[in-house]
Amino acid sequence: MHPVQLPVIGAVAAWRAQARGFLRDGIRPQEIDWRGGGTLFDTQARPTAVPQAGASYSVGKTALSTIETALSHSDVDRYARAYQVLWRMAHERLRFGDRSDPQMRKLLDQAKAVRRDIHKMHAFVRFREGPGHGNRRAFAAWFEPEHPIVEAATPFFAKRFGDMDWVIATPILTATFKNGALSFAETSDTTPPPEDATEDLWCTYYASIFNPARLMTQAMQSEMPKKYWKNLPEARLIPDLVHGARARSRAMQDAAPTQPPAFFEAIARAEERVADAPIEGGLAGLKAQAARCTRCELACHATQLVWGEGPEDAPLMVVGEQPGDQEDLQGRPFVGLAGQLLREVAQNAGLDLRQAYVTNAVKHFKFRPRGRRRIHQRPNTGEVVACKWWLDLELRHVKPRLTLALGATAARALTGDGGAIRERRGRIEMGDRGGDVLITMHPSYLLRLPAEDKALAMQAFVEDISRAAAHVEAHWADQDGR
Amino acid sequence: MAPRSLSEKLSILADAAKYDASCASSGGERRNSRDGKGLGSSGGSGICHSYAPDGRCISLLKILMTNFCIYDCAYCVNRASSRIERARFTVEEVVHLTVEFYRRNYIEGLFLSSGIIRSPDDTMADMVRIVRTLREQENFRGYVHLKTIPDASPELLEEAGKWADRLSINVELPTQKGLDALAPEKDLGEIRKAMGEVRLRREASREKTYRGKRKAKFAPAGQSTQMIVGADGANDTTILHQSANLYANYSLSRVYYSAFSPIPDSSKVLPLKSPPLVREHRLYQADWLLRFYGFEAGELADGGMLDLEVDPKLAWALRHRAAFPVDVNRATREELLRVPGFGTRSVQRILGARRHRRLRYEDLAAIGAVMKNAKPFIVADGWSPGGLTDAANLRARFAPPPEQLSLI
Repeated sequence: MHPVQLPVIGAVAAWRAQARGFLRDGIRPQEIDWRGGGTLFDTQARPTAVPQAGASYSVGKTALSTIETALSHSDVDRYARAYQVLWRMAHERLRFGDRSDPQMRKLLDQAKAVRRDIHKMHAFVRFREGPGHGNRRAFAAWFEPEHPIVEAATPFFAKRFGDMDWVIATPILTATFKNGALSFAETSDTTPPPEDATEDLWCTYYASIFNPARLMTQAMQSEMPKKYWKNLPEARLIPDLVHGARARSRAMQDAAPTQPPAFFEAIARAEERVADAPIEGGLAGLKAQAARCTRCELACHATQLVWGEGPEDAPLMVVGEQPGDQEDLQGRPFVGLAGQLLREVAQNAGLDLRQAYVTNAVKHFKFRPRGRRRIHQRPNTGEVVACKWWLDLELRHVKPRLTLALGATAARALTGDGGAIRERRGRIEMGDRGGDVLITMHPSYLLRLPAEDKALAMQAFVEDISRAAAHVEAHWADQDGR
Repeated sequence: MAPRSLSEKLSILADAAKYDASCASSGGERRNSRDGKGLGSSGGSGICHSYAPDGRCISLLKILMTNFCIYDCAYCVNRASSRIERARFTVEEVVHLTVEFYRRNYIEGLFLSSGIIRSPDDTMADMVRIVRTLREQENFRGYVHLKTIPDASPELLEEAGKWADRLSINVELPTQKGLDALAPEKDLGEIRKAMGEVRLRREASREKTYRGKRKAKFAPAGQSTQMIVGADGANDTTILHQSANLYANYSLSRVYYSAFSPIPDSSKVLPLKSPPLVREHRLYQADWLLRFYGFEAGELADGGMLDLEVDPKLAWALRHRAAFPVDVNRATREELLRVPGFGTRSVQRILGARRHRRLRYEDLAAIGAVMKNAKPFIVADGWSPGGLTDAANLRARFAPPPEQLSLI
């Protein structure tokens, strides 16, 4: 039998060193007494310092940290169990995390209980201020954890309260943080620190944040069990708050509505003045009207209206399908990837898109939510028709010499014909409200194409854009000629 | 009138803030003060430092800067037409309370909201000033959640995102119709635009610059919102659709649901009865199903409302018996996630254990699945539900027994 006596402070590290040695030496779990030798001068069988060949065994990082966490449990058999689990992992192919094994399951459950206890210590320690040293303020707390977790739980406080000195005393160990150094000692003084005036403010807050209309004491107690109440200043208020809750809630419901205070009318008058302000005319006026559009349902789901942009007398109007994710957030047309491609191609063709009026056939983004993403959906005929009202108004205002329809949706909205783009692209058709409409594909189609088909399609797209550019050139030439 | 004491102000302004359900303090940037030059830490899982008798956790100092407000939202305790007591904190008072509470380990940080005073910009500017003072003068590294005002200017929003961990804007009600009736000054469009703005700025802050440097953080713990349940006529389907939409549109971290609760000096247009708290609970459960279990908004609430007696996943399974029983040894992750009694962690453990051997009924219990709920819907080694899956009285096994109505 190998008796092992682990120290009160630093037990986990000591266990680890011992266990490593025992495992290396092939000492079976039943040969070790982890509860410590009874006699003080017992001959402690120390693991040999010389490693034996082929006996090394390594444990995964999460497994080791879970085992170490479980060692902070108050169960007296914890050290023996942890070594047994380790031994069986090394020699009996026990898989770490296998909950069907009772011993493994017990260890995992104890690790969980310790983690919970640590979490509750982080939550329920209450510091009280005492006399400080120099420019560092000093605080102290008394806390009674369920398990011996002081060493595992207090580094958290060192990270959080780095600029102050503090002491957390528990029935077994006391953690002291002074001038940035954390140390542990066995507790000698078990009197809680004296009260602190800020506790009254905290109790005021606690009482005020409680909503008596939704009393749920069970929910409170499952997360803040009564065993912790003793050291929580706010817990003193709980009985009275619970007792008076029903009456307070009843009184609120029974109270008759009152007259508004005097300043309310003054505010209401100020509001009216703002509401009467006139709306600008022209395209800007139309935009303001369209922002309140309810002709179809799309507006309910999108962020905002994405109205056209560009000079009101532009010779070219470019019509896309609908705004996408980025356009919807920014409120401007063609700012996403497809817009960038269009701008690039146009620039190469000598066409400055800033001189064109760019807009979409449908003015709100249509999509299906999937988790944190939005999946683009093509607008249906009803939505295209509903939004054509606005597109026609834009056309009437801008009166472009040529309209460029990008993709099937735009082509349908402008010509009334929903036929396939493949046969129609590059042609100039007549718009259903008159005027010339040049049909081409939507740039996002190009973005989706596989590489081998892309070159040909891109060539066609560039051709069409160049054709539109030529129209614009002709327009400026006519203007100069006049 | 004598000036109010700090304690009186705290009492008024905490009371006014308690109807906001948000309490999260998790995620975001990892910070600590181990260097001894500041106070506080954040990142990782949040901590609930206390619980009020209403069962809600207290993790942040949740207060209003002021409860004066020029808006008149019927459901709100601070609306302009209410005769409640009014107060206003100074910058120093909020900073003092936050730091002193934090040092005593009462809180994880500050959740600052406010009534609208003078104008949205003025209010927002004052709130940003408070957070900035906390960060710059007190070197406060704890968590800060700032409620943003939808109509405030973009410069102030930029500044707010720089100092706060989380920003939130409450949509309050799921439809514009509801807002028109109860909160005439609020415009869903403006709220959505502001959320879109926050998402764009967050995404921009994550991109690296041309020189490969990281840009300044913007609201690293994300944005959230709150909807009030039961104040207007909106049903659960409408609410869940709105949530799914907000998660997708603006990458929200959370949507909070707050059952409309009676308030002091309430308005005439509000319903007399508050909705059952269990409705709020069911909405949270459904929200989780949307985010972590692959459910869609349309399939959860049958006939518009969630079942109050059984949880939404169980209710779905009871309505879709044809999809069950599921064989735990062969089913896909997606199928397992739809089994009542299996949480995301159970499913993860099932998939992990399955790689080593076949699972028996007892193994599932050891894994932590709630077998009472799962039993009728699964097949495992040593277990088959037989006729239980299709039993006519299956629902009755889960629903609470009918109660006899009492005669007043």
